[in-house]
Amino acid sequence: MGLVAREVEARGIPTVSLSSALSITRSVGAPRAVFLDFPLGRTAGRVFDAPMQRDIVRRALDLLRDAHQPGTVLDLDYRWATDDAWKDDVMKRDSRGVRADTPQYQCAADAAAADPGCPTCVWLTA
Amino acid sequence: MPSRQPPVDYIERTREVYGSLGFPAYRWVANQPLAELARTDKPQSRWRVGLVASGGIYAEGQIAFHHRDDLSYREIARDMPLDALRTTHFAYDMADARRDPNVVFPLATLRELAADGVIGEVAPRAYTFMGGIYSAGRVRDTLAPALADRLQADAVDVALMVPV
Repeated sequence: MGLVAREVEARGIPTVSLSSALSITRSVGAPRAVFLDFPLGRTAGRVFDAPMQRDIVRRALDLLRDAHQPGTVLDLDYRWATDDAWKDDVMKRDSRGVRADTPQYQCAADAAAADPGCPTCVWLTA
Repeated sequence: MPSRQPPVDYIERTREVYGSLGFPAYRWVANQPLAELARTDKPQSRWRVGLVASGGIYAEGQIAFHHRDDLSYREIARDMPLDALRTTHFAYDMADARRDPNVVFPLATLRELAADGVIGEVAPRAYTFMGGIYSAGRVRDTLAPALADRLQADAVDVALMVPV
């Protein structure tokens, strides 16, 4: 996503990224980011916690307004749990799924409901 | 409360896992920061805000992403109901995202901020793709320019980027 943010920023549109992977965000050189120290998959806040989700997006938008130093990362300073034991086990083994090249629907009903001519699905060729 | 431990270094952990599987180390992109950042003169309360997310979000009725370097993207209308949103991805824990798409795709959060006048409006459509594309070159040369074209055509003032 950092590469997309850089391209958009280079076109003159200010961007801010949410991030829970600080090392990757820094390495790719994201233009601006807020850092949420949570397990991956909750970059925009805790499940069903609308006040937290709103605070995160608001602070990201405020950083967008206020930060002018390339590579600025603001630590939002939220904690996922009272201790950080969850960090010990992250990616200690390969938990990736199979890299299938057919559409992977969340549920079977979605496969049946999918429009084969989907006008809002955009295919690109490298 | 126990003191906070340093952030997980995903680059290092990926190296360790790939190494243990006998794969060559993944070559993460290492960029210098941009020379300068873009700016907008508009006040925040008038911004049209674009949203781009890489958590593999699609809407009911759309074709889902596949899991082998899928370079496609989806347009999601700004008024899409939350219960029509789905996620698919090969590499992250989607348990929370499937219950509450806002955790990886804060469209409803942005709608609220627009309704409250914090921002001007949400752009007419958000864009989603499935991250974890192995080739950084394909992202840089194909996907990123395509998405930037769309954001420019939508005349967004700023963009919120949400990876997982």
